[in-house]
Amino acid sequence: MSSYRIHGATGEWEVVIGLEVHAQITTQAKLFSGSATAFGAEPNTQVSLVDAAMPGMLPVLNGECIRQAVRTGIAINAQINAWSRFDRKNYFYADLPQGYQISQLYHPLVGEGYLDIEADEKAGIPVAKRIGVERIHVEQDAGKLMHDQHPTMSYVDLNRSGVALMEIVSRPDMTSPAEAGAYLSKLRTILRYVGSCDGNMDQGSMRADVNVSVRRPGEPLGTRTETKNVNSVRFVMAAIEHEANRQVDVLEAGGKIVQETRLFDPDTGTTRSMRSKEDAHDYRYFPDPDLLPLVLEAAFIEECRQSLPELPDAKRARYEQALGLSAYNAAVLTADVETARWFERLVALTASKQGKAEADVAKQAANWLTSELFGALNKLGKGLLDSPIGPEAAAELLALVGNATISGSIAKQVLEKMLETGDGAGEIVEREGLKQTTDTGAIEAAADAVLAANADKVEQYKGGKEALFGFFVGQTMKALQGKGNPQLVNQVLKAKLG
Amino acid sequence: MTALTDLTVTALRDGVAQGEFTATEVATAFNAAVAEAQGALNAFIVTTPEKALDAAARVDADRAAGKPLGKLAGVPIGMKDLFATQGTQTTAASHILEGFVPQYESTVSQKLWDAGAGMLGKLNLDQFAMGSSNETSAFGNVISPWRRPDGQGGLDTAALAPGGSSGGSSAAVAARIVPAATGTDTGGSIRQPAAFTGISGIKPTYGRCSRWGIVAFASSLDQAGPMARDVADCALLLETMAGFDPKDSTSLNLPVPDWSAALSADLRGKKVGIPREYRIEGLNADVAKSWDDGIAWLKDAGAEVVDVSLPHTKYALPTYYIIAPAEASSNLARYDGVRYGLRDLPDHAGLQDMYAATRAAGFGAEVKRRILIGTYVLSAGFYDAYYTQAQKVRTLIARDFTEAFAQCDVILTPTAPSSAFALGEKSADPLEMYLNDVFSVPASLAGLPAMSVPAGLDSTGLPLGLHLIGKPFDEQGVLNAGLALEQRAAFTARPKKWW
Repeated sequence: MSSYRIHGATGEWEVVIGLEVHAQITTQAKLFSGSATAFGAEPNTQVSLVDAAMPGMLPVLNGECIRQAVRTGIAINAQINAWSRFDRKNYFYADLPQGYQISQLYHPLVGEGYLDIEADEKAGIPVAKRIGVERIHVEQDAGKLMHDQHPTMSYVDLNRSGVALMEIVSRPDMTSPAEAGAYLSKLRTILRYVGSCDGNMDQGSMRADVNVSVRRPGEPLGTRTETKNVNSVRFVMAAIEHEANRQVDVLEAGGKIVQETRLFDPDTGTTRSMRSKEDAHDYRYFPDPDLLPLVLEAAFIEECRQSLPELPDAKRARYEQALGLSAYNAAVLTADVETARWFERLVALTASKQGKAEADVAKQAANWLTSELFGALNKLGKGLLDSPIGPEAAAELLALVGNATISGSIAKQVLEKMLETGDGAGEIVEREGLKQTTDTGAIEAAADAVLAANADKVEQYKGGKEALFGFFVGQTMKALQGKGNPQLVNQVLKAKLG
Repeated sequence: MTALTDLTVTALRDGVAQGEFTATEVATAFNAAVAEAQGALNAFIVTTPEKALDAAARVDADRAAGKPLGKLAGVPIGMKDLFATQGTQTTAASHILEGFVPQYESTVSQKLWDAGAGMLGKLNLDQFAMGSSNETSAFGNVISPWRRPDGQGGLDTAALAPGGSSGGSSAAVAARIVPAATGTDTGGSIRQPAAFTGISGIKPTYGRCSRWGIVAFASSLDQAGPMARDVADCALLLETMAGFDPKDSTSLNLPVPDWSAALSADLRGKKVGIPREYRIEGLNADVAKSWDDGIAWLKDAGAEVVDVSLPHTKYALPTYYIIAPAEASSNLARYDGVRYGLRDLPDHAGLQDMYAATRAAGFGAEVKRRILIGTYVLSAGFYDAYYTQAQKVRTLIARDFTEAFAQCDVILTPTAPSSAFALGEKSADPLEMYLNDVFSVPASLAGLPAMSVPAGLDSTGLPLGLHLIGKPFDEQGVLNAGLALEQRAAFTARPKKWW
């Protein structure tokens, strides 16, 4: 149980949160028409007669959208309803050409499921938690109004009209902004693993309606408000924070919470009222008579199940158990499907280059990736996906460390040069003469010089101050310009000081 | 020699194929008949003589070149103005679509053109196919070519309703200004006007004809079908219009039988059901007599007549007038002034004002009435009492038919409770108007094939129709029984030309 509380003037309040996430299904074509769905196209260039709701036009279901929604449902451990149906949600708006949205109210495609969020003490999630998902239904997106094209008129872009969305409705199981953020991040991770949604919140392919209410601990649920279309994890958390505090203020001042729809303003981090229940629409839902009920065969559902990749929870467990990664590394490397793909390619290449088992190189690769590469990319303001070097180049570098051609610290320099020039690790090592020295003569000479120059410290060491050994190693390495084989340096110094 | 305009579709097609006359001669003759009658009957919203001539010229050229000819080559027809026709205004007889020219062709009309038919024009109808008399058209009502005899060898002057909603179609076929026309039927819109004007019309099983490109009224009920002079023409046209269409999710994925080839009036071994609940109280004596005639004719054709029961019949009309308006209220939401058709934008109007002004100006009174009814029955708090209940009753009505068809092959009833009424006679009372659909609506709710064929004239000298309802997908059974009636009714009456 989250211990998150709002500390009001009159005492403590609990927050109850549910999220309705709209996720655009990744397909070439819209839900009920053959139109394309690419983001950023010129206005009204991806509009069919069906999308524009011309007289006599009829919807025809795009099976790929259903496949993706079913795969998503299986990935969140949900009931797949073999019989579902589309309903019309009726309301008038200029971005809704048909005058209704085809959605699923009464019989959704996907029923009860769940996903697990991990404990994250730092983020304010003391224990792992299972968040229920009530349903996933499939529906059409609306178009977009443009108010800045003409002094007195609004224009309509119907490119998005009819694009397939999954609405993923959680149970009100979250009790802190952190939990809601973790849920949304986890959901996004799963969607990207499944490949059913690209999860690009800044492009609007994923957005959340945030339901928030507050109550005294132990009391029944309070009246909730719904903040619409919040489009980042950070904003969702901010919206909850603000909305919960606003509700507490209202209640403590003796007011009542009005069930209403609110908008989040990312500039101020606040929410404001959009419309109250009194002027809420009566959507007059009824089954769409243009479409037959959707009946799924068991073989189709099974095919969807088989087509799923290894999902984040399973992957994470495997990284820890089979590959021996730390919990931290396993979490970081599985949080995004592209990162995991990069890592797995790196491990495979590294193992084959070094003639070792994957389990024997995975830890080295993971450590290098999460500390060295991520750090270096961070400095460049880049992410893994636009990294100048790929897993092949990285594996070459790791192999040079693995076969003791270069030391770990030289590897850092080589990496920097690789990122700078795009050249291969071997080429850089060769060109810059960075190969490790295994010439015992040279190492002995350097060690002798260091010990001679620091006779006082040698005395102290021999007198029992063993910590000074590191000093001698450092000095010797320095004299060798970092190229000394660390093991040999150690051996030589031990022998000489012994 | 018989005038070209008196020939049936089959005779025209065969005559063109055999070189007795050219398709251009046929189109020219019908174009002239259309032009002559248009002022008096108002059967068309727009006429397209050039389209008819273009199609005819192609057929004549194909024939001259020895190319194979389509099933309807050289036959010009009228197209109900509910079918979208590429490049030709399509209005659904509503002001809100006045001037709307589609960039696409409905599946059904395309199939007809592909078979070699040509278009004489777009036929008038009740606005959005909502009505039984054509009085709801925004383009003036169609006048039936029929008039009551005045008893002195002349004609009464009262203008009669051609039926509805396919009233332009029925009037034009009856007046011999088109050899055939398309209709659509939601609750009787092909069958009742056919009965009123002494012609034949069939509504196939729901899903036989694609709805793609037909302006929607009530999606779960709308079906296209042909209206023509006789049963054989209906069979020929329907097999051209029908067929699976992947663009319509409710389209039946079944092969289209060759109904024409299998037409047979021999009903030996067939059972005809007479539903006792259709003997409604106060049934018009002429209608009752015509029904009895029909029973005798089908017996004569070899059929056995059995009593059947359709106990939920009395709920059919209220059920229909919940479901059809509910769907219509949603289907017609797209006419909002944003993208096409009428836009009424008062000064300083916002979006809501534009909707209100556009829809107030664009829709007729009957359309508004049904949108209001539909909106009401779908509203929160009323949905279960009306819509859900109506769907349950619809299921019961369909089950009635399933049970009845365990005992018979086809059901015979009157098509409408009376012959044609005068314009204005019923338009003041919508409920009385709705009662016109009492015999036709149950088959619509059950999605069954049904047809009307002329049975004779009533005591006022106006046509009456007989109504045949068949099992799902059994258009053949309906057409065969229709042919048996047609042969025995020997209906040759036609409206005296007064225009």
